[in-house]
Amino acid sequence: MKRILAWTVLAVVVILTIFPFWWMVRTALTPAADLYTDNAGLLPQHPTLINFARILGLTSEAEARAAGGSGARVDFARYLVNSVVYCVLIAGFQTMFCAMAGYAFARLRFPGRDLVFGILIAALMVPPIFTLLPNFVLVKELGLMNTMAGMVAPTVLMTPFAVFFLRQFFLSLPREVEEAAILDGNGPWGIFWRVALPMSRGPLITIGLTTVVWAWKDYLWPLLVGRGEENRLVTVALGVFLQQSPNTQPDWTGLMAASTLSVLPVLVLLLLMGRRLVQSLNFTGNK
Amino acid sequence: MSTTTRRDDRRAAWWFLLPVLVGFAVFYGYPAVRGLWYSVTDYSLINTPAFVGTDNYARLAGDAEFWNSLMVTGWYVVLNIGSQTLLALGIAALMHRLTGSLVLRATLLLPWLVPNVTVGLLWVWLLDTNLGFVNHLITALGLSPVGFFTDAAWALPSIAAVNTWAYTGYTALLLYAGMLQIPSYLYESAAIDGAGEARMFRAITLPLLRPVLAMVLVISLIGSFQIFDTVAVATRGGPVSATRVIYYFIYQQAFNYFNMGYAAAAAICLALILGVLTAIQMRLLRASSSDLA
Repeated sequence: MKRILAWTVLAVVVILTIFPFWWMVRTALTPAADLYTDNAGLLPQHPTLINFARILGLTSEAEARAAGGSGARVDFARYLVNSVVYCVLIAGFQTMFCAMAGYAFARLRFPGRDLVFGILIAALMVPPIFTLLPNFVLVKELGLMNTMAGMVAPTVLMTPFAVFFLRQFFLSLPREVEEAAILDGNGPWGIFWRVALPMSRGPLITIGLTTVVWAWKDYLWPLLVGRGEENRLVTVALGVFLQQSPNTQPDWTGLMAASTLSVLPVLVLLLLMGRRLVQSLNFTGNK
Repeated sequence: MSTTTRRDDRRAAWWFLLPVLVGFAVFYGYPAVRGLWYSVTDYSLINTPAFVGTDNYARLAGDAEFWNSLMVTGWYVVLNIGSQTLLALGIAALMHRLTGSLVLRATLLLPWLVPNVTVGLLWVWLLDTNLGFVNHLITALGLSPVGFFTDAAWALPSIAAVNTWAYTGYTALLLYAGMLQIPSYLYESAAIDGAGEARMFRAITLPLLRPVLAMVLVISLIGSFQIFDTVAVATRGGPVSATRVIYYFIYQQAFNYFNMGYAAAAAICLALILGVLTAIQMRLLRASSSDLA
């Protein structure tokens, strides 16, 4: 009896988790003209793909307007590509560079090691908005506004968390293997590339995936330095789309189609790497 | 020949560290110094910063909008962290006793994977006064529709509820992972002694989960203080100032009114508050000592 109750609670939790996504897709498949009459059933009465077509820039402006668009040009195909590029650049380079640094802090001996590491870790305590303001000024001064370079700049080289996380991992690697590599005549680079990195595939994927997710969710920074059409990310484009849409009658079907597109890639990621993602929480959350 | 072990990898080390040190110096160190400097200047992004001493801080102390944004943020954090942590604890405890299903865990993680902007949009639509699904349910019950984001009394709790929806699953999974570390023989022997589920939760799970719970609380508290995206999408700080949280206050000062120096001073106040809160919370929960260790 108690067990049935407990399972029911979990079922309700799952429904509450999934339903908003269901409603998002359902609205995206509804013709804008039906929004006032057809807004209670679980499925649309006249399902359509026109909302996806028009926000992907596949229709003429007149068609888009007729289907409920505000007339402003939106091209979510481009924004999706931009977001993917943004995530891959940041996750790839940041993971690589932070692995190098993490390894140096864990294994190499050099004067000032603990001091430098301590300073890096202190930066974990500083809220991002504090460095965000001067970084905005810096990117402006460097003439990198509305460029991908300016957008990825603050995070593509490092985050203190990634350095910290990977150092912790390298500390836990058994030293014996590395010592064997030294006897084989390897220098620090050789050991790092041939021994330490191959042994750390798990943590590297974990930190890489976590970084992809964070980069995918990024909003404030790309909003400030990447508002321009050419390099606009999906999240920024969603915000702009909402603002362009008339306040009295937002283009909900278009907005929900765009929202669906912003969810799709992470859904694919979850389907492909669900186990890794779920396990990564045990890693990053608790240590 | 023991001196051979005393290696010095100085030269290699600097190459290993070069990208990270450059990134840190340019995008953390330099802006931190600059931010401190801006906070004691009058700077509008166009002029050269002019030193004004502690004027910005003095102005903040007397700025009702600043205090209001701190109050709003505080309320938001209490509502959000309170509901999110309790719900997550409940869900984690249920999972711990019932199932570790990967499908279930992946489902719970989904809202966390989605951009906050998307989450905000989804709920602005679901909670829309005229056409939103939730208001359909409310009117179907014979009640009058609620302006979740347009009514000053509802706006902040609505934002908090939306983010609770987005982060409860994630928090539950972190707590669940912590619960898995509790040795199962404790529950077995408690069951033999005739303890019920509620008793076991209070006597075993909660005390042994404390270090993990403390960690999760600190992380989510710090995150919660920095709420921005949902507000930017759903209410833009309104109605009036009902949801102008501290991040949004700083954002507006810097990028709508171009008071860079003033915004930098407010950001430093936020950093100090977060530091103090973290220290207090860690102490209260005696986070460093685990009953398991």
